[in-house]
Amino acid sequence: MKKEFFTIAKLLKENSRVLDVGCGDGELMKYITENITENVRGLEISKANIQKCIAKGLTVIEGDAEKDLKQFPSSSYDFVILSQTLQAFLDPEKVMNELLRVGKKAVVSIPNFGHWKVRLNLLFKGTMPITKNLPNEWYNTPNLHMCTIKDFVNYCDKKKIKINCPNLNYVNFFSELGIFIIEK
Amino acid sequence: MNKIDKIKKIVIEKPLKLDCGKTIHNFPLAYETYGKLNEKKDNAILVFHALTGDQFASGKNPITNKEGWWSYALGPDKAIDTNKFFVICANVIGGCMGSYGPSHLDNSTGKPFGTNFPVITINDMVNAQYNLLEYFNIKKLFSVIGGSMGGMQVLQFISNFPDKSHTVIPIACTASHSAQNIALNELGRQSIMADHNWMEGFYAENKKNPDKGLAVARMAAHITYLSKKGLQEKFGRKLQERDDLKFGFDADFQIESYLRYQGSVFVDRFDANSYLYITRAMDYFDLTKQFSGNLSKAFEKTSSKFFIISFTSDWLYPTPENREIVIALNAIGKNVGFVEINSDKGHDSFLLDIPDFLNAVKNYLETSYKKIK
Repeated sequence: MKKEFFTIAKLLKENSRVLDVGCGDGELMKYITENITENVRGLEISKANIQKCIAKGLTVIEGDAEKDLKQFPSSSYDFVILSQTLQAFLDPEKVMNELLRVGKKAVVSIPNFGHWKVRLNLLFKGTMPITKNLPNEWYNTPNLHMCTIKDFVNYCDKKKIKINCPNLNYVNFFSELGIFIIEK
Repeated sequence: MNKIDKIKKIVIEKPLKLDCGKTIHNFPLAYETYGKLNEKKDNAILVFHALTGDQFASGKNPITNKEGWWSYALGPDKAIDTNKFFVICANVIGGCMGSYGPSHLDNSTGKPFGTNFPVITINDMVNAQYNLLEYFNIKKLFSVIGGSMGGMQVLQFISNFPDKSHTVIPIACTASHSAQNIALNELGRQSIMADHNWMEGFYAENKKNPDKGLAVARMAAHITYLSKKGLQEKFGRKLQERDDLKFGFDADFQIESYLRYQGSVFVDRFDANSYLYITRAMDYFDLTKQFSGNLSKAFEKTSSKFFIISFTSDWLYPTPENREIVIALNAIGKNVGFVEINSDKGHDSFLLDIPDFLNAVKNYLETSYKKIK
């Protein structure tokens, strides 16, 4: 399992209600179900991934986070997880609002465009950066709204979303991934 | 042995109050079972059939000698694996495969009921079938499953008996029959009633049968079970055993010939009055209205796990109508999974060999069964 998933799982509380938005093939959900809480649901857009989730015995709803989060009542989950997909939405702000409405807390991870490798890539090559976390070319990347950890923290501050990120400049330079727990 | 003797029946002695206000009692309910009920009696699945289905869901139907309507999904090692599960399927009341219906003899007249049979609803069908749990001494089913009208029965069942099934699988259905579907059903009914052999429903005692009307009803309905793409790919404008158009009204096109065939074989196995009664029951189905416009309330008392399935090309019970059930369940935090299966086979997809669909059902049942152990 990805290291990121262990980090996310550690942020959750036992017996809490968890919604994994864009749960993929259910790897993280399965880990959470077996180790933290059985009360886990997933929302996933890919039919192939849903089949994999069903085979794992997970409860998953086919749907699009940009359209289908609205069916979940406010504060119906203790944690709503969104792993590395915020940047791929047409309207990330709308999704952020929905995450914070449905979940008492949201756990959000983002690929960090402020990482030093990305910065050097752009500085010296003069082309859109391609790294391990950002493997696509500019013309086929699903990432429509890339941001840095600093951008994300600034956004949360501006919108009065609670977020904790000490040593921001240091973290923004050295982390390939930002994982945050946020709440309204 | 007479074919009809191969139909298993229970006689429901206690009175059942129907939605129309009438009460029935001492009426037969025909059923079939597949697989074995285990000692703990925790492996039972109640399958509900659709409009023209019957209790012979799998294997050879002893009456028609055709494969059961859900042979792809139900049987040993299949999606609903009868090596593991004990499956019960009953003919709905109002039907014509041995259960109490309009072709049944009315003891007060000695003639078949015809249209003197009371109008029944999905709720009545489900309440009648509930007696099977007592008959088999099953405290809680493992699952209730059904597609189309079978799915409506699934929803009504869990609403009526919230603690009687661990899992609930409504497929390609709706919580509230749409205007379009009522319209299509009305087309079929009018076709039957326009046949002069229908005789206001008393054709049996007059030794007649409204075959033409029933065949046209089936032809019209059959189109709604397919998709435009499916029809185009299978038939296109292909001609039926001829090189060119004949400038007449014979079946020039393969699709015409196909529909005529579907209509003609249907009248051999189905009763016209049953068709009227069952389509009426579907039209009257509105679970949302039963709960004063709040569908969530229908499921408030249950802690069952739901798995809802729709098909991309189903325009009769399209995905948004299935999704409404998901939304109602989500609104009250119930355990609900949902998948829309890719298929260009239309509403009929749930009866066909669609691997993604069958795998999803199989995996869902088997992983869920492990959890209740």
